[in-house]
Amino acid sequence: MERRLVYMDYNATTPLRPEVKAAMIEDLEVFANASSMHEAGRRARARVEEARARVARLVGADDPERVIFTSGGSESNNTVFATMFHLGRAGSRRGIVTTKIEHPCVLNAAKWLEAEGFPVTFLDVDEYGMVRLDQLRASVGPDTLLVSVMAANNEIGTIQDMAAISGVAKAAGAFFHSDATQAVGKVRVDVREWGVDYMTMSCHKLYGPKGVGALYARPGAPLEPLIRGGHQEHGFRAGTYNNQGILGFGLAADLARAELDEYSARVRALRNRMRDGIVASVPKVRVNGHPESVLPNTLNVSFPGAEGEAILLSLDLEGIRVSTGSACASGSLEPSHVLLATGVGPELAHGSIRFSLGRDTTEAEVDYVVSKIGPIIARLRAMSTVSY
Amino acid sequence: MSDAFAWLYSDVVKEHFTNPKNVLNPDEGFVSNAEGMTGNIKCGDQMMFLLRIEGDVIADARWKTYGCASAIASTSMLSEVIKGMGIKEAYNIKPDDIVKRLGGLPDNKIHCSVLGDKALRAAIDDYLAKNGREGEFRNEGARIICSCLNISDRDIEEAVKQGARDWNGLQERTKIGTVCGGCKTAAEELLHEYVHIFA
Repeated sequence: MERRLVYMDYNATTPLRPEVKAAMIEDLEVFANASSMHEAGRRARARVEEARARVARLVGADDPERVIFTSGGSESNNTVFATMFHLGRAGSRRGIVTTKIEHPCVLNAAKWLEAEGFPVTFLDVDEYGMVRLDQLRASVGPDTLLVSVMAANNEIGTIQDMAAISGVAKAAGAFFHSDATQAVGKVRVDVREWGVDYMTMSCHKLYGPKGVGALYARPGAPLEPLIRGGHQEHGFRAGTYNNQGILGFGLAADLARAELDEYSARVRALRNRMRDGIVASVPKVRVNGHPESVLPNTLNVSFPGAEGEAILLSLDLEGIRVSTGSACASGSLEPSHVLLATGVGPELAHGSIRFSLGRDTTEAEVDYVVSKIGPIIARLRAMSTVSY
Repeated sequence: MSDAFAWLYSDVVKEHFTNPKNVLNPDEGFVSNAEGMTGNIKCGDQMMFLLRIEGDVIADARWKTYGCASAIASTSMLSEVIKGMGIKEAYNIKPDDIVKRLGGLPDNKIHCSVLGDKALRAAIDDYLAKNGREGEFRNEGARIICSCLNISDRDIEEAVKQGARDWNGLQERTKIGTVCGGCKTAAEELLHEYVHIFA
């Protein structure tokens, strides 16, 4: 089989869609400050507001004004935690309940609050990466200020029961935040159905540009700016408008909404073809994550006996781009915190590979990867001290 | 490949990763008289060395590893270097020598290359023990860490193998740092490294 270049790391980031790229290039002519009162400024601002409406529509937000543009997911998440810092200092509720499988920007923001004296609970997950609702119920109470649970996990793709988690948070009178960075654009997201008070979005995961994201805040939900300054974003996020980034976000959101059902069905079929192909051709693998409640594009597999960085680099030499949960690829000595939380044990975490597919993935690419992975695992296992 | 981004590490690492030398093939019937194993799957790396030693010279070597590309490449290189080498000289090979021969490794991958020489030394120690010469090379190439009490990196390694997991445990076994205490930072760094490898 001829060597191909296969990108299967769409959860890390996605390529810019050609339509989005073209629109952004055209928009580069619009240099005016979208806060300026003159005609050029008003034209630029209109584009920003159109993009805001498009992003709001993608996630079912009735009030576009409650979509605040930020520099990305990390900033959106940090804005929520900074808001909780101020609320907690002013009020009696200070408890933060989140999970062990969050993205590092939520984990570290929660640890920051913990260091500031806020009681923080990191919830366990079950073997599929699902939050245990009984543990959640037992962890929230009249002191709980915020429940923050990611909608879909970046590593294993598991999608949480958002309505149920939201219900528990609401019943306790706590705010509910969700980092929906990986969910938006891949599955249907509705802020009303999910009952979120706050929701984090990122643009570069849905074929838009990097450096732009958004935070949805339910009407009435308090918000404290992380970046103080001018009156942009109703004072919730200062800084000159990123015209082209925001325009690109709006267009990418619109395209994602229009194509969601088709995307989801097609990519899920490819993902399942890949899963079945790997399971059939490589002995003793373990598919991580939830079997059904999982992102259509995410396939996380552990290959016992082979180490993840060695697998990743072997695939890389074949032109295949993936990620691994191995410590050897992370710069730390610990393997994936997400897989460890699901209880798979360090060896399976070190030997894990995340294949994340996208809208450009083809059946031929899937078959190419399946044909390459078997010999790679066999070779590494043959030289391994652990025999399979 | 001339493209600097086509491969993560040096070309020598690539060659030894893609075509590792002296990997143990169970079908070849390799006869060894020394075996060493080190590392831990929990930490993501484990290494085994088999040697055939004739008259204190390494006649041939085989290895296996559960490890990353750097671990595979550095052990492959090491297995080439030691063939025909006296066991005392082999015992004193520094991971740094191997890293240089590999054309360098990023700082965060250096610890992946130390496992090979640990397994090699374990194999040579095994040979010495089997021949009634236990511990003969223990202080070969050792670096003194605690100059007050003449305690070396090898002593720290030995203490960790015997169960020391923290500073107090290390002191109980070696009395290290009980005079001036000036070695504590360096000793703790080694302790951390050895606990990662052996614990």
